[in-house]
Amino acid sequence: MLKINNLHAGIDGTEILKGINLEVKAGEVHAIMGPNGSGKSTLSAIIAGREEYEVSQGRMDFEGEDIMDLAPEERAHKGIFLSFQYPIEIPGVTVTNFLKTAINETRKAQGMDPMPANEMLKKMRDKMSLLEMDKGFLSRSLNDGFSGGEKKRNEIFQMAMLEPKLAILDETDSGLDIDALRVVANGVNKLRNKDNAVILITHYQRLLDYIVPDVVHVLHKGKIVKSGDKNLALKLEEKGYDWLKEEASTL
Amino acid sequence: MSEEKLLQEVTGSEYKYGFYTDIESDKAPPGLNEDIIRFISAKKNEPEWMTEWRLDAFRKWEKMNEPNWANINYPKPDFQAISYYAAPKKKKTLDSLDEVDPELLKTFEKLGISLDEQKRLSGVAMDVVVDSVSVKTTFTKKLAELGIIFCSISDAIQEHPELVRKYLGTVVPKSDNFYAALNSAVFTDGSFCYIPKGVRCPMELSTYFRINEAGTGQFERTLLIADEASYVSYLEGCTAPMRDENQLHAAVVELIALDDAEIKYSTVQNWYPGDVNGKGGVFNFVTKRGICERNAKISWTQVETGSAVTWKYPSCILKGENSVGEFYSVAVTNNYQQADTGTKMIHLGKNTKSTIISKGICAGKSNGSYRGLVKIGPRAEHARNFSQCDSLLMGSSCGSHTFPYIETKNKTAKVEHEATTSKIGEDQIFYCNQRGIGEEEAIALIVNGYCKDVLNQLPMEFAVEAQKLLAISLEGSVG
Repeated sequence: MLKINNLHAGIDGTEILKGINLEVKAGEVHAIMGPNGSGKSTLSAIIAGREEYEVSQGRMDFEGEDIMDLAPEERAHKGIFLSFQYPIEIPGVTVTNFLKTAINETRKAQGMDPMPANEMLKKMRDKMSLLEMDKGFLSRSLNDGFSGGEKKRNEIFQMAMLEPKLAILDETDSGLDIDALRVVANGVNKLRNKDNAVILITHYQRLLDYIVPDVVHVLHKGKIVKSGDKNLALKLEEKGYDWLKEEASTL
Repeated sequence: MSEEKLLQEVTGSEYKYGFYTDIESDKAPPGLNEDIIRFISAKKNEPEWMTEWRLDAFRKWEKMNEPNWANINYPKPDFQAISYYAAPKKKKTLDSLDEVDPELLKTFEKLGISLDEQKRLSGVAMDVVVDSVSVKTTFTKKLAELGIIFCSISDAIQEHPELVRKYLGTVVPKSDNFYAALNSAVFTDGSFCYIPKGVRCPMELSTYFRINEAGTGQFERTLLIADEASYVSYLEGCTAPMRDENQLHAAVVELIALDDAEIKYSTVQNWYPGDVNGKGGVFNFVTKRGICERNAKISWTQVETGSAVTWKYPSCILKGENSVGEFYSVAVTNNYQQADTGTKMIHLGKNTKSTIISKGICAGKSNGSYRGLVKIGPRAEHARNFSQCDSLLMGSSCGSHTFPYIETKNKTAKVEHEATTSKIGEDQIFYCNQRGIGEEEAIALIVNGYCKDVLNQLPMEFAVEAQKLLAISLEGSVG
């Protein structure tokens, strides 16, 4: 589904990603872990198409198509979703209105008619119950005055509504208490199927107890220095990153 | 997307309503003197008192100077180069749309507000003003059953002279300011509305203004009287054809809300703002004021997206005790547009209350100013005001200013003022983009959210139109 080859990228002349190789197949969950400043959020922003970053080298294909030159909204239309580490506030725009616009703009790009209002409402209700959300949520201003946990839950709610092929969850676990984490993880698990894929970006093993990854990657200084199965995450939890840093520096 | 690029794209959109309707017109020669005023008055078949009223205004105007305290720069119009009268030649009474000039109908179709469509809309009565003369008045009969008078001011002068004489110039005196005096001397048309005692007007009264003839100034005069315990919601909206030379517009609107009456006055203004280089565009110098008697309420709601220069302060004189004044405003400036707009809330009576919500949006190289006065008179015991003035900046070449004036002569008054300035962030745009929403839609969404408190005050159909206008004013040609 997503294939990244030798990706070099940075911002303002500083190289942050120094040759990333990553392949995510449909039906898989990948976790990307790594210490602060290793380039995790940069990678997610570049996959989503944030234009401030300069890509100097490499290739990125989504479902067999080079997406490097596509605008962020075009990537979204193809089914790439990014759950933001720090969701943005848009005062005065209700969650409903925002989602309606997002869904219908995506449908428009795919040559479809706008989603009928009753269908949209039903879908909203279904997904909200999946994430144990209160109905009043829909009429609130987007992320405006939301608690950290509400913001993250709202991200996953949007993901549930947009049904992306590839969802990148950038530190979705931060700011969630254990109950909220369970609800959100449960929601993500229910949305998984053989045709979609998830990339989890996280510092901690905690989330991976609930959403079990097929592959765990460790990002350090802009490179994936180690990949393995879920046991790699456990090892990191136990030993920290230092052993990997040493291993990486001897490479 | 970089700020720079965003800015370029936002400023890159051209005025979409630039077209010109070719309707034969009957014009006065350029210039202004007592003969021209007599010509206008004669053309309109006015009674002697009206001619004298105009001449008095003209003599006052001659002694006045153009105001220059506003935060706007523009070439002073040459008042002797303007033609003060233009009327469609084929004026006759029309019974159906078939009789309306097809050119005019086309114009409305381009605007997406064809009369046909309007008539079907939930009971919106329209008094369409094209080049200073009413072409069509609808729903008059239905309104007449309730005793509501809704007609052109010219017709009102002929048919209801007692009401016009009693109220004209009582809220905005002839000598109030330079532009009001000019308007009083030369106004050629506008609307008149009277709601009788205890009547609740069952539909939104709506007037679409349109400046149409090259080189003619437009001097609309609106007089709206809500008699005791009556209610009316009045809508005014306008667009103008693309034009190279500056067009002067100096309207006067007077609202009278008698005891226990309520007037909602909503405006969507989209006159030609000039091109991306600041060439052309309408100069809009408007005096709008209402007076509230006991327990009366006046709400001004305006969405201002057009004009090269805007000078406009819809105001309320809260004369009667417990009267309420409200001002909700969105003012958008882009490219080289300049706007100096705000309100005056004059609290004279006891327990009077006013609310001011002003939302400025500045893009391009434009300049937007909020100028407001809250004045509490010595007898205005327990008067209250709340003001909120927000500015949203797009790019780094525009300017936004706030000039709030507060004068309080009563210690029991409570006056609150809040102000914020913010920018549309790249983060907000990217967030929308990531959800599949392109730049233009994203800007429209963010701006509409920012203006929500004001847009919510507009009647439904109008709010939709206003949202479209906001989007059109700020969108760029992305591609």
